Amino acid sequence: MIEIKNISKSFGEKKVLNNLTAKFDKGQINLIIGKSGSGKTMSIKCMLGLQNVDKGSIFFDGIDFTKIKEKERRNIRREIGVVFQGSALFDSMTIEDNVMFPLKMTSGMFSKDMRKRVDFCLERVDLHNVSKLYPSELSGGMQKRVAIARAIALNPKYLFCDEPNSGLDPTTSKVIDNLLKEITYEYNITTVINTHDMNSVLEIGDNIIFIQDGSKKWSGGRDDFLKSNNSELNEFIFSSATFSKLKSIM
Amino acid sequence: MDFLIAIGQYILFLKSVFFKLEKKRIYYSRIIDEINILGMSSIGFVAFISVFVGAVVTLQVAYNMENPLLPTYLIGLSSRDSLILEFSPTMISLVLAGKIGSHIASSIGTMRVTEQIDAMDVMGINSASYLVLPKVVATILINPFLIILSIALGLVGGWLAGDLTGICPTEDYLLGIQYQFIPFNLAYAIIKTIIFAFIITTVCAFFGYTTKGGALEVGQASTQGVVYTSILIIICNYLITNLMLG
Ligand SMILES: Nc1ncnc2c1ncn2[C@@H]1O[C@H](COP(=O)(O)OP(=O)(O)OP(=O)(O)O)[C@@H](O)[C@H]1O
Ligand SMILES: [Mg+2]
Repeated sequence: MIEIKNISKSFGEKKVLNNLTAKFDKGQINLIIGKSGSGKTMSIKCMLGLQNVDKGSIFFDGIDFTKIKEKERRNIRREIGVVFQGSALFDSMTIEDNVMFPLKMTSGMFSKDMRKRVDFCLERVDLHNVSKLYPSELSGGMQKRVAIARAIALNPKYLFCDEPNSGLDPTTSKVIDNLLKEITYEYNITTVINTHDMNSVLEIGDNIIFIQDGSKKWSGGRDDFLKSNNSELNEFIFSSATFSKLKSIM
Repeated sequence: MDFLIAIGQYILFLKSVFFKLEKKRIYYSRIIDEINILGMSSIGFVAFISVFVGAVVTLQVAYNMENPLLPTYLIGLSSRDSLILEFSPTMISLVLAGKIGSHIASSIGTMRVTEQIDAMDVMGINSASYLVLPKVVATILINPFLIILSIALGLVGGWLAGDLTGICPTEDYLLGIQYQFIPFNLAYAIIKTIIFAFIITTVCAFFGYTTKGGALEVGQASTQGVVYTSILIIICNYLITNLMLG
């Protein structure tokens, strides 16, 4: 379980996160939703320690990430898998080496076992015969799947995905959503996903946090999502064409 | 003020490059890779420049020594000394600053803006050390060889030019390049080269590593890296010369 308490982050005068508090449960898909620029990526970056918060605490299963030494931070990070907004595959390495990279760097496994694990992870995300290719030779959706394979290579306790299905067609998008759902339930991971894709919200959102201008405006499950009478959330939901149509027939 | 902050950041950057290392085994294979990428790929380029500049240096020396009282073997001697003392270690290092320096800054800069470095950091890996240390070690190992190669080929270029134009016959040239040879000069050249290799890799890597933004900024980081590297090489060249030969 991950908990963030009153985190704030500013760049100069600009407040990007403002007293954000939230809880992300284990074995569930936790979604952070909000408009572009609302602070979704920033909140994930703060949780990962890629940006320091100005104020507030971040707890990974009770350990305050903001107050521990670099070395202990590294130990927690080794239990985290991340899928970045742009996949962030290492473009000088083959797909196989990309997935093997965290194993090679941190695991102490034998190379035979690493190879097995890589094959398993690539199989798991439904990729075949790509291990010798380079990231630039794959499509965007395939790259996302490789990024997921790399993120789960070390059996993470926590999984972060920044817009896993942005820029993908609805079918591929659904494949990725299902994959994340399966992985989360199967391995009992605390999964945090950023998205502004409404379909994903309704498909996989166990616990949804809606943020705007860096503060939490609403949180709840997917069943309450469409029924909420929070005006900011409603504005966000029904700004998309499909959903405004939906509203008119509801 | 910004400048002082940048120097502070550079020192912290060096600290993370050289301390808190990852597993040793990983560095060995990375160093071999970098020797190939940064060193081997520069051989042809360095050889080409060295032969021609060696030829030009010889022709210029000959042109300045038209006094018949001066023995012709002096042409070989002064070409040798200018190649060893200045041309090969300094000029070739400046050329390499452009070639491998910009490569280092732009490849690391691209990794930064495409979040590849963040991806390493969140795996709990010391990205600065993993990416930069092998480059530093590789260039420190390989650049002295490039410089010795450059000196040798520069001498060959000088010999060809002297012989083909007839201004310095082979015999005199060979006598000249051996006459009163001071081995210390070679040591001076190699020490300079090693210091310059350190500057090229760490400064350009620093500019790449601290890139913010997108493709445009990667280009800027690469240019800035090469400019600052060149300035530092010129300043250090003066200081080292003052210290070792002054
Ligand atoms: N390094 C930075 N310096 C200054 N401002 C920043 C920086 N990074 C992000 N911001 C600002 O923080 C705000 C939130 O950005 P963030 O990337 O978290 O948005 P987001 O919700 O992920 O949007 P998107 O859906 O477009 O990815 C934006 O207004 C952005 O301009
Ligand atoms: Mg974002």
